[in-house]
Amino acid sequence: MIAELGLAALWLAAALAALQLIAGSLGLTARGQTLAGVVRPVAVVQGLLALVAFAALVVLFCQTDLSVKLVAMNSHSAKPFIFKLAGTWGNHEGSMLLWVTVMGLAGGFVALVERRLPERAMLATLAGQAFVSLGFYAFLLISSNPFERLNPVPAEGQGLHPLLQDIGLAFHPPTLYLGYVVISIAFIFAIGALVTREVGPAFARAMRPWVLGAWMFLTVGITAGSYWAYYELGWGGWWFWDPVENASLMPWLAATALLHSASVLAARNALRAWTVMLGVVAFSMSMVGTFLVRSGILTSVHAFAVDPERGSFILALLAINIGGALTLFGLRASSVTEGERFAVVSREGALVFNNVMLSAILGIVLFGTLYPLLAEAMGAKVSVGPPYFNPMGALFAVPMLIVMAVGPLLRWRRDRLSRIRGGLIVPALRVVLAGVGLGIAAHIGLLPHIGLALAGGLALASLLPLRGRNLLRTPLPVWGMVVAHFGIAVSLFGMASESAFSVEQLVAARVGDVMPVGPWQVRLDRIDPVAGPNWTAMEARMYARYQGGAPVEIHPQARFFWTPPQQTSESALVTRWNGQLYAVVGDQAEDGRWQMRLWWKPFAPMIWLGGLLVGLGGLLALLGRVASDLRRISARHKIAFRRERQGR
Amino acid sequence: MRLVLAMVALLLAAPVQAQDTLPPAPYAYRQLDDPALEAKAQALMLTLRCLKCQSQSIADSDAPMAGDMRSQVRQRIAAGEDPEAIRAWLVERYGDYVSYAPRVTALTWPLFAVPAALLALAALLLRKRFGGKANA
Repeated sequence: MIAELGLAALWLAAALAALQLIAGSLGLTARGQTLAGVVRPVAVVQGLLALVAFAALVVLFCQTDLSVKLVAMNSHSAKPFIFKLAGTWGNHEGSMLLWVTVMGLAGGFVALVERRLPERAMLATLAGQAFVSLGFYAFLLISSNPFERLNPVPAEGQGLHPLLQDIGLAFHPPTLYLGYVVISIAFIFAIGALVTREVGPAFARAMRPWVLGAWMFLTVGITAGSYWAYYELGWGGWWFWDPVENASLMPWLAATALLHSASVLAARNALRAWTVMLGVVAFSMSMVGTFLVRSGILTSVHAFAVDPERGSFILALLAINIGGALTLFGLRASSVTEGERFAVVSREGALVFNNVMLSAILGIVLFGTLYPLLAEAMGAKVSVGPPYFNPMGALFAVPMLIVMAVGPLLRWRRDRLSRIRGGLIVPALRVVLAGVGLGIAAHIGLLPHIGLALAGGLALASLLPLRGRNLLRTPLPVWGMVVAHFGIAVSLFGMASESAFSVEQLVAARVGDVMPVGPWQVRLDRIDPVAGPNWTAMEARMYARYQGGAPVEIHPQARFFWTPPQQTSESALVTRWNGQLYAVVGDQAEDGRWQMRLWWKPFAPMIWLGGLLVGLGGLLALLGRVASDLRRISARHKIAFRRERQGR
Repeated sequence: MRLVLAMVALLLAAPVQAQDTLPPAPYAYRQLDDPALEAKAQALMLTLRCLKCQSQSIADSDAPMAGDMRSQVRQRIAAGEDPEAIRAWLVERYGDYVSYAPRVTALTWPLFAVPAALLALAALLLRKRFGGKANA
């Protein structure tokens, strides 16, 4: 009954999206204006119906209703409740339903609250939202019905992939999805602006909160995903240039560029065409990301969905959406002027430079990710990995980071480097030189070396915009920028340090053995079998001492899941301010010794701490923007109210 | 396309079948005694693909085949072989797919042409943007 309710809600939502598209498009013409009034209410109801459908699926998963095929395929009655809940979106159909639900709710929200834009731009925006949603509704209803029944009803479900049964992965994909969908909303504002030829500061201000929100979700999602891979895969790696990781990085790169370019448009009415173009690119990347992850085209740790029909459907959606976006941009770009001019040495100049660098990095990641697929289509198998992405990315990332240190100190429109040289650039350069010296002394690789030096300089420079300000009166968006830029420096430092100074120790140990790793002494105390709700494990009890200090008890596990059967490593971590101890227990050898893997990773947690700081920066900026919007709205209301009273 | 999917399915199934009964190769889970040689081996292992896994290097994998390859790499490094020679040997044996560092060949030249083209494009874009009267 609940499944049928969900399916009915989904069909109704799709029908309303069609109505919204038609009414919105006709509302733009002279004769169809009577239809314009229905667009906003329809958008709200469409979003609510999608929510009903999604809620129905959540209920089915929580009840483990095995008569529904999707539940039977992906759930199991013995699974802990939180993973039953997370199982709703831990599969192809559920994640697509989440996609349209977020899209629908965001559209409904825009329809309810956005009053700054001209009504025609709103009609075009909501019609665009309906168009994109309609494609995904069709996809769900035609080839991925999440509510399909199963007859006969199986006695037990097939379970969720064990790697996915982890609290980190329960919430990492939906966070990324939120990012993908919200960046699409940002793009849809660009459609509205293009259709009505009103690309200006008002459009940038309406779009900016969505870009900020998407960027924040993507940042946190990527950070969480990287940390998940780090502790769950059990080998201490935290970024693999895996296609699915790249699929989340590409929209982030585009959103980062778009965010900065939208700020220029909002503040200075410059970079109009460029901002719209980045909107198109960001949306395309979120489509490509969804396609790469969901079509099963990739052979990667994350690609759990394999089905050619769906792949072709998503590819068609991808082509229609990106093609449509590019066509619209091509038709209207010539009528969008670039806006205000500015000099090379200016805040806009630095932002443009970094936008170009970000776009170039995006180009490299995109090409390096897709090329193996292209090569495979031509009949050859090649791999593109860290030895390609690291140096090629650094080619553009290094100049970008240097400009990023200087940019926020420059004035809008025109400035001179000599103005900021003395107090600002010189100290940052000193830190960079100190980093270079340290690197030479420690004999580390070139890239970690550059990373350490740049991280130091950037960390200092990122705080300089606060110099001479009253910290309590500094606007939230400025705080957001400072925190985010500082976070990039922190993360970069963590990456460089992890790569340069990690110590690895592989040991075959007997109970009672003491293993040294870096400044740690780790003693294997005992190994016991333990059992969970749907797994058994060998659990080691170990005592780790940092430089002979008090022992810390840790419990790494080798886990064996039985539905579906698979072995995973649950690593044990000890975090200190200056790094992380990472311990994994492996198989038992024939002579009774246990394979232990230990790492000491100096300052590695800074990688993710930095990522969270970047996300926090986004949140601060978003709060600041929303607060000032609210103030503006309430001021407008007060003025209107006063006028009304005077009128009487 | 179907072949690709069949391979994907096989790759997904690999962890289940991988419960080998043979003991792992000698240097699969053992480091070389000389830290300099071990670092050299580690650097190479990070750039070699585990053929039975999905997007993991042989330095990041529990698969028995990755263990065998780690052992091979460590033994050859210990015997004084050059890392690039070991890579070439593995590529000859398993094809280009095994190396994460693409070589410049008739097939892969665009991988290197594209960054160069992007560099040129970036320079062009910035020049167009700021060229001429920008500094006036």
